[in-house]
Amino acid sequence: MLAYVVRRILATIPVMAVVALFVFSLLYIAPGDPAAVIAGDQATPEDVERIRASLGLDRPFLVRFGEWVIRILQGDLGVSIFTNLPVTTMIAQRIEPTLSLMVLTLILAVVVAIPMGVLAAWKQGTWIDRGVMAFAVLGFSVPVFVVGYLLAYVFALELEWLPVQGYTSFSAGFWPWLENLILPAVALGSVYIALIARITRATMLEVLSQDYIRTARAKGASQGSILFLHALKNAAVPIVTVIGIGIALLIGGAVVTESVFAIPGLGRLTVDAILRRDYPVIQGVVLLFSFIYVLVNLAIDLVYTLFDPRIRY
Amino acid sequence: MALLEIENLQTHFRTPDGVNRAVDGVSFNVEAGETLAVVGESGCGKSVTAMSILRLIPEPPGRIAGAIRFQGRNLLELSDREMRDIRGNEISMIFQEPMTSLNPVLTVGRQIGETLRLHQGLNRQQAEARAVEMLQLVGIPEPQRRVREYPHQLSGGMRQRVMIAIALACNPKLLIADEPTTALDVTIQAQILDLMRDLKRRVGAAIVLITHDLGVVAEVAERVVVMYAGRKVEEAQVGPLFRTPRHPYTQGLLGSVPKLGSSLTGTETRLAEIPGLVPSLKQKIPGCVFASRCPHATDLCREVAPALEEKAPGHVAACHYAAREGAMAA
Repeated sequence: MLAYVVRRILATIPVMAVVALFVFSLLYIAPGDPAAVIAGDQATPEDVERIRASLGLDRPFLVRFGEWVIRILQGDLGVSIFTNLPVTTMIAQRIEPTLSLMVLTLILAVVVAIPMGVLAAWKQGTWIDRGVMAFAVLGFSVPVFVVGYLLAYVFALELEWLPVQGYTSFSAGFWPWLENLILPAVALGSVYIALIARITRATMLEVLSQDYIRTARAKGASQGSILFLHALKNAAVPIVTVIGIGIALLIGGAVVTESVFAIPGLGRLTVDAILRRDYPVIQGVVLLFSFIYVLVNLAIDLVYTLFDPRIRY
Repeated sequence: MALLEIENLQTHFRTPDGVNRAVDGVSFNVEAGETLAVVGESGCGKSVTAMSILRLIPEPPGRIAGAIRFQGRNLLELSDREMRDIRGNEISMIFQEPMTSLNPVLTVGRQIGETLRLHQGLNRQQAEARAVEMLQLVGIPEPQRRVREYPHQLSGGMRQRVMIAIALACNPKLLIADEPTTALDVTIQAQILDLMRDLKRRVGAAIVLITHDLGVVAEVAERVVVMYAGRKVEEAQVGPLFRTPRHPYTQGLLGSVPKLGSSLTGTETRLAEIPGLVPSLKQKIPGCVFASRCPHATDLCREVAPALEEKAPGHVAACHYAAREGAMAA
């Protein structure tokens, strides 16, 4: 087990290296010259050239990549071209809202979607099942920002139950923090809920037709115990896998959701950085997201052993 | 009053292309402590009969009609809650596939303990202690260790022993065994049959043994019900049934059993077979269900369904031509 964990962590190194190369070269190839942006409209070509040299943009690609990687390994993500603040500082300032949003969405999605999928599988073919499936299709096909604006309009503007936008730090108290995050979490979670509910339903349907479910019935187990103990534990591995893969959805969705609800998180930071061609910030944020994704999926592989004793590392 | 009285049991399934009459008017009794075998080919309705007793048939598409009286109570009229109190407690069941009938993600101890906690209100520790005793009872070595293991760590024979332990944990009055040895090696089959016989004697449970293996029937059963195409065609004590089978189907079944060593003694004969297949259960058959495959069938058989009649004391068969006493008249 420990050997496996070490092996898996070592295996993330090449993955992260490829991600790093990709992130670095994508922005190198992308059109637009940050030196020109910083220099402004009035600058002469000489000014732009000088700025470019000071940023190190005139040196060969591989040299710059090598230097960049070495600095990252030392915990230095560089300095923002725009604000002159270290990227690590900027990320640290913005990480709390994003993590709050993602964790809350994750909890909400799991708590809502799994019972939904289980119910749909149990009541297969009834209107409950059809309702869940219709919701799932809707959740997939309506974009996050549409759901977001709709929720904000109904629950914030019309009913005035919740704030329209903004973020309050967790240190200011649980309720103010939660209040601001409910609508964004629902908006961001709709796709995620749809995804998890669908996979839960499909997996449960397969598990419920197995012989050991018949055995459980023959023992006199209640419907609840059959669904949530005998069946769900067997269905857990595919469901947990999808939850892990879905983290990518959350990361992408967080960027949009933070814009809709004016949450000062990493998503907003990314959008702003892209608009300003603030290379070091973009690189830092994308690397961080990739790293989180790789770590979460490693954790999920380890969680499998809790659900299925046949999986051993 | 018999322990279990099944009266005109009809289990039908609604399918897109018609109603499948898997069990169509079967009646038989099981006395306390007796072993009754229900035999027949695949698809004759044996397993559906067994599943109907515990109401494990999904409804819909299935529908169970008739009466199943257990200790005088009609199980078909009980609520789901009352039915759950009977399942695994007063009536329990073991299945054909030991490899897939145990839950792969729960420990053996937990699965045995579950029935005890459900029906006898034991707590976790008590249930586990009792599970160890049950494993010992069914002859599993090192029960202390095995109780914490998962099904994939056990062999097929051991898993079937665990199934038996689960089934007998609450001392049921009736054990339904659906092809309990079919999926096992021959040597393991004998061990499992011995175990069932031994435990039956200790617990005093009646057994309904569903099987297509006549060797098993001869070995353990006291009385036999022969089913064909969803109906009962013959019923008798095991001795008379093997000595003088009355129904042509039963005769066919017995004729198709290979005899060990027949080629050595020079009496080698071609194995008898019953030509054809079990008819589709989706059409109503006006005459005898076996007429299409019966070597003795006449127009009377194809038109009029024969009633079950007592051909000899305690020996009933549904055949126009089966003689009342002695051999076939046809």
